[in-house]
Amino acid sequence: MSDVSVQKKIQARPFASTRNACKLCAPLGACFVFRGVEGCIPLIHGSQGCSTYIRRYGISHFREPIDIASSNFTEASAIFGGRDNLVQAIENVSRQYAPKVIGITSTCLSETIGENVPMYLFDYKRTHDSSDLPVLVYASTPSYRGSHMDGFHEAIWSLVSSLVPCRDEGLHRGEKERERGSSRVNVISGFVSPEDIRELHEILTSFGVPYTLLPDYSESLDGPSWETYQKLPEGGTPVADIRAMGEAMGTLYLGKAVSPERNAGSWLESERDVPLYPLNLPIGIEETDRFFFALERVTGKPTHAKWKKIRGRLVDAYIDGHKYCSGKKAIVYGDEDFVCSMVSFLDETGINPVIAATGAPSTVFAARVKSLLRNSRSPCRIMDDTDYATILEVAREMSVDIVIGNSKGLYLSRNLGVPLVRCGFPVHDRIGGQRILHLGYRGALNLFDQVCNALMQSKQDSARSGYTYI
Amino acid sequence: MTEILEQRKKQVLENGKDSYALECGKASTAGSVSQRACVFCGSRVVLYPIADALHLIHGPIGCASYTWDIRGSMSSGPELHRMSFSTDLRENDVVYGGEKKLYAALVELIDTYAPKAAFVYSTCIVGLIGDDVEAVCARVSREKLIPVLPVHSEGFKGTKKDGYRAACEAVFKLTGKDPSTPVSKFSINILGDFNLAGETWIIKDYYRRMGIEVVSCITGDGRVDEIRRSHRAALNVVQCSGSMTYLAKMMKDEYGIPFKRVSYFGIEDMSSALYDVASFFDDPEINEATENLVRSEVSALLPDLADYRRDLEGRKAAIYVGGSFKAFSLVKALRHLGMDTVVVGSQTGSSEDYEYLKEITDEGTIICDDANPLELSRFILEKGADLLIGGVKERPIAFKMGIAFCDHNHERKEALAGFEGMRNFAREVHASVTSPVWKYSPARLAMGKEARKGGES
Repeated sequence: MSDVSVQKKIQARPFASTRNACKLCAPLGACFVFRGVEGCIPLIHGSQGCSTYIRRYGISHFREPIDIASSNFTEASAIFGGRDNLVQAIENVSRQYAPKVIGITSTCLSETIGENVPMYLFDYKRTHDSSDLPVLVYASTPSYRGSHMDGFHEAIWSLVSSLVPCRDEGLHRGEKERERGSSRVNVISGFVSPEDIRELHEILTSFGVPYTLLPDYSESLDGPSWETYQKLPEGGTPVADIRAMGEAMGTLYLGKAVSPERNAGSWLESERDVPLYPLNLPIGIEETDRFFFALERVTGKPTHAKWKKIRGRLVDAYIDGHKYCSGKKAIVYGDEDFVCSMVSFLDETGINPVIAATGAPSTVFAARVKSLLRNSRSPCRIMDDTDYATILEVAREMSVDIVIGNSKGLYLSRNLGVPLVRCGFPVHDRIGGQRILHLGYRGALNLFDQVCNALMQSKQDSARSGYTYI
Repeated sequence: MTEILEQRKKQVLENGKDSYALECGKASTAGSVSQRACVFCGSRVVLYPIADALHLIHGPIGCASYTWDIRGSMSSGPELHRMSFSTDLRENDVVYGGEKKLYAALVELIDTYAPKAAFVYSTCIVGLIGDDVEAVCARVSREKLIPVLPVHSEGFKGTKKDGYRAACEAVFKLTGKDPSTPVSKFSINILGDFNLAGETWIIKDYYRRMGIEVVSCITGDGRVDEIRRSHRAALNVVQCSGSMTYLAKMMKDEYGIPFKRVSYFGIEDMSSALYDVASFFDDPEINEATENLVRSEVSALLPDLADYRRDLEGRKAAIYVGGSFKAFSLVKALRHLGMDTVVVGSQTGSSEDYEYLKEITDEGTIICDDANPLELSRFILEKGADLLIGGVKERPIAFKMGIAFCDHNHERKEALAGFEGMRNFAREVHASVTSPVWKYSPARLAMGKEARKGGES
């Protein structure tokens, strides 16, 4: 692609600019969480472009309608404040979509001019009959702070902290619930694919306990073909299930790159005494074992035999394929939690992650990755707050066999001449990004087949005779 | 069924039934879920294909991430435009200002990538945090000896159209700088073609065959040096007039270059584009070459279209595109395929555009400005459209309604301009409309369309 000719001039120095960003902005993450709540439409308080860009970015991956409203700032609103626009947006979106919930996010623009959205909403609710109003939830997501993942966790936090009754109102009931042996479990799913969320549903259902899975865009961002046009696609975590999270026996929070102040699991723990189990995304055997173990602990029930069988098949596949993977060098990139779990998965198959990179700044990323490299025999360059151009420059200095991550890695794979296995978000240049399974034993099986086959094809393509048996 | 929002009622009309003039050119209604983007988007898409320039987006990261490699604009040489550069402003920059970071970013990127010019796009918060982008650009321009041009594209300062204008103002500053390179007296600039899937090359080849020199394509497969001598062309030929007419007007005022608005989509419009340019020069050789070209291209094309038309005759189309000039061409192009347009709308049309759409469409056709997904789905259903022409954001609306779709937006990967573009267009429409997959669509089955039509094809 583009910078091949000038590559020699580039020195290994940090750039002030970001070149081919490996992250997105915060409102995007929040919008997808809100699309995972039943009857919820996201509303971005900012310029029209923010909602349109995020819609387009999401549609190219999910290939589903993703309606996101905007308060559509004008010059006047930037000067005098956007309250009127926000109110008009809430009313118009209510009229058109009849949503149960409106998930409002801020932007760099509304944050910079100091919009006090919670106050606007408070005033709005005070002056309107609450029985007619949809639930209004607000996530503060200035695009200059963090990445899309911060917006993602912020939206979860705002849903939980505003919908789950606090200690005063709800503790008594929650306590009673637990005393009579409630086995309810909360699972916060992390930024995973709709297929992953369906897998989580299947796993949770197999434990036979009531549960809340948040967010749940397994249907709303990957639905069937419709008979009639749906204003807001079916599916999503029901508000009642979010409200019930305070009564659970535990919260499994998948993903650890969450600021402590904005961790919905910590909120449930401190406000409602629901124990928090922070987990990595269950990708690969080790992390999936941990996930099932945590589920057994919270529910007091054993893992269903069918998962053990699938785990057995996964081990069998690892063994069948290990010689194709052994010692191969991989670049893994994406958001922090995705990369950490992918590192863990690759490491257990004998593949050596030689670059683990994430676009957002993180003080713990390096330590997390190191702790997950149990077997790798090659040094790993661990980079946070980086971008694709820097990853490529570092990669050119080493030999790499495979690139694993979202489809923006085409820039790396083309320039390095090695295969790209597409997973994570976004997958804009293939169909089915929303149906890629990463989580659980079946997810590991799927990823292992993909990675192994890409390596086998690479060998096949480079052999003069081609091989019909490999 | 969706009620059209009160504030938008006059932005929709049914041809022959509603007598009012369509309202347009206003900011999108808050909460309406407009398909429009913003000022920044307008600037970014227009300047995007200038392949040897540095495009630096000054602001927090989102705007750069969402526009990385976004257009299918091809380059015959350098591909610097396919990189996404951002100052990636963080909280500290918002508090203390982003000028230092902008300066450092420009210097390092110019040193590293040696661009011929640099465009600096201001996004929403740049003005609010008090950055003097003009001053930084002027300083870097002095130090690095290349043009460094600010593009005033703060997202909220108007609509996408204002972004086109900001882009035109920036690119205008590049023109008129190379007075020496000789230019033929039969010479033009192509404005408003973005070389999507190589379309500029198709059009350039037509002009070459007519004996006309293309001095600069300004944007499509664009080069800074060509733009610097573009003021020496005899005529500006403007397609996608919504975006580039403003530049043509500036060049007319400054350099006295007349301009013509054309469209390269469909048979009539493509032919008249070439004839209009030929008649401007009024040279017997050019006239003859043009006639030959059109004759040979059209006679090769028509039999192919006839094949497609057999299957498409009587089907109905809905069109929702960015600029309405393209919509005109599409209405006409669809007629060649035997298809009637029952819904047509655009993000940024003007009142004259919509009046013209009234003239060229049938009674009962819905014409709309700045529509949204719910309105579009309603119109499609009401009018029984079999095909939607639009962009990526419209695609899932069509597919969920169980109707065919043709991507005519700036992300398309099929060349749809020129005579061969018309052939591609017909092929694409045909392939989608006649696909066997609709047999399984619940929406189609519910509408009874499969029993009536799909079964035969």
